[in-house]
Amino acid sequence: MTEDTMTDDTMTEDTMTDDTMTDYTFAYLDEQTKRMIRRALLKAVAIPGHQVPFGSREMPLPYGWGTGGIQVTASILGRDDVLKVIDQGADDTTNAVSIRRFFARTAGVATTTHTADATIIQTRHRIPEHPLHEGQILVFQVPMPEPMSKLQPSRAETRRMHAMAEYGLMHVKLYEDITRYGHIATSYDYPVMVHGRYLMSPSPIPAFDNPKLHRSAALQLFGAGREKRIYAIPPHTDVVSLDFDDHPFRAIRAPHACALCNDATTYLDEVVTDDRGTRMYVCSDTDHCTTRVAAQEAA
Amino acid sequence: MMEDGALLAARGLELHFGAIPALDGVDADLWPGEVLAIVGESGSGKTTLLDVLSGRMRPDAGHVQVRSADGGVSDLGTMPAPALRALHRSDWGFIHQNPRDALRMRVSAGGNVGERMMAQGSRHYGSIRAAAIDWLQQVEIDPSRIDDMPGTFSGGMLQRLQIARTLVTHPRLVFMDEPTGGLDVSVQARLLDLIRTLVARLGIAVVLVTHDIAVARLLAGRIMVMQRGRVVETGLTDQVLDDPQHGYTQLLVSSVLSA
Repeated sequence: MTEDTMTDDTMTEDTMTDDTMTDYTFAYLDEQTKRMIRRALLKAVAIPGHQVPFGSREMPLPYGWGTGGIQVTASILGRDDVLKVIDQGADDTTNAVSIRRFFARTAGVATTTHTADATIIQTRHRIPEHPLHEGQILVFQVPMPEPMSKLQPSRAETRRMHAMAEYGLMHVKLYEDITRYGHIATSYDYPVMVHGRYLMSPSPIPAFDNPKLHRSAALQLFGAGREKRIYAIPPHTDVVSLDFDDHPFRAIRAPHACALCNDATTYLDEVVTDDRGTRMYVCSDTDHCTTRVAAQEAA
Repeated sequence: MMEDGALLAARGLELHFGAIPALDGVDADLWPGEVLAIVGESGSGKTTLLDVLSGRMRPDAGHVQVRSADGGVSDLGTMPAPALRALHRSDWGFIHQNPRDALRMRVSAGGNVGERMMAQGSRHYGSIRAAAIDWLQQVEIDPSRIDDMPGTFSGGMLQRLQIARTLVTHPRLVFMDEPTGGLDVSVQARLLDLIRTLVARLGIAVVLVTHDIAVARLLAGRIMVMQRGRVVETGLTDQVLDDPQHGYTQLLVSSVLSA
């Protein structure tokens, strides 16, 4: 029996057709691992905002580079999916390029930079500017899933607090912010309440993106590889940013227009252009910016 | 078993640490607005009794019944954990001997005082801050220190901050474990005076554990003397201390230099 026929026996009809399958299981992870992660995902979707433990695997990239997100993406990726990967909103930074290439090679799926065309978007620290539509899945890379970790170091205690919905402590943090800075100075990883029940870290996305979590049409999945936790926000779920009645939540952005596409509503990156302090503001979402620039040139 | 109007009632409490009886058939009752002192030497079971009465520890045998704010009676042993925790952060308070165990040392004084309010759902920064300022004044801390970290406070101030943090939600029952322990004598006197004034004005019931007879005499209306896990004598504080019946109580009273 040759090696090829052996492979044919054990593989499903679906995977047989692809050449890439001689080196890897489809999308790198073995089927049992993907099954385990999918079960965790199902539980996470059933209990919005609740952190579900899972057996995080060693991945061929270091912790902090998106091991959690990459495992979630590997587990939900199908042959027909179109994948987009962004890092701080950009499609062309190291992390985004290498993860996109990783899945192009190990799963052979189509990739894109256009938000509207993608079926799965893996992201680090941003939600795309283009509104997401039904059927899309947004996968977040999460460094620290526990929103109260800096206030209560004991994980046993924070689990108990989640179980009993005791979230006064998080407001103590916001109180301290206002006391020290005059306003809530938390500008990223801004804590949210999901479905009126679970306190959740939205991963280090800017507070500017928090309103996009609320009743999003897309399914939002969060994977923390080092901390071995998965959580989720199903489509159309209420997600409310914590605040005080007299200090309401504000989505903050730099008060400028993008230097390239002139959009004054997007989240901006500040780019220092020389050593005399000259700086320009450009959209952090590169796809949104290039699309707009192309449309302006065509017009 | 619980009498009408009682806030807390314990019957037949038993707790053993291996062969050592920490509680050996202890009964206790507490009425609203009453200060009950538990005195005895080290290892007599005072703190264990406090932990059992407050539901922080479970007895091997016996019951503790509590009356909630709405008048219902429930058993601590069968009370669900969320209900017990809710009781601890609203209707009850706990003052530790070491304020550093209770305070958040990386959160400002105002945040520490406001925490219980926020835990109960206060979501108005201005009113939380106003209450914090009010309570700092009540415990004689300069309100201008509201944004300072507890680490910059003296030992006596930390203990007063802990009291403010506990009383801000107007609990009906406060457990105190050696509240003046580890403080020098002049600070102790001032703190005792403060506790006495606040407790009397707010009508809080207190279970106070102390090894210091003088503290019990100053604060408590009723006293329980414990020895090796048993209550050897109980009654009105002045009665027990002026005319001790049990040999151990006589020894305890006579051992105080100038009681």
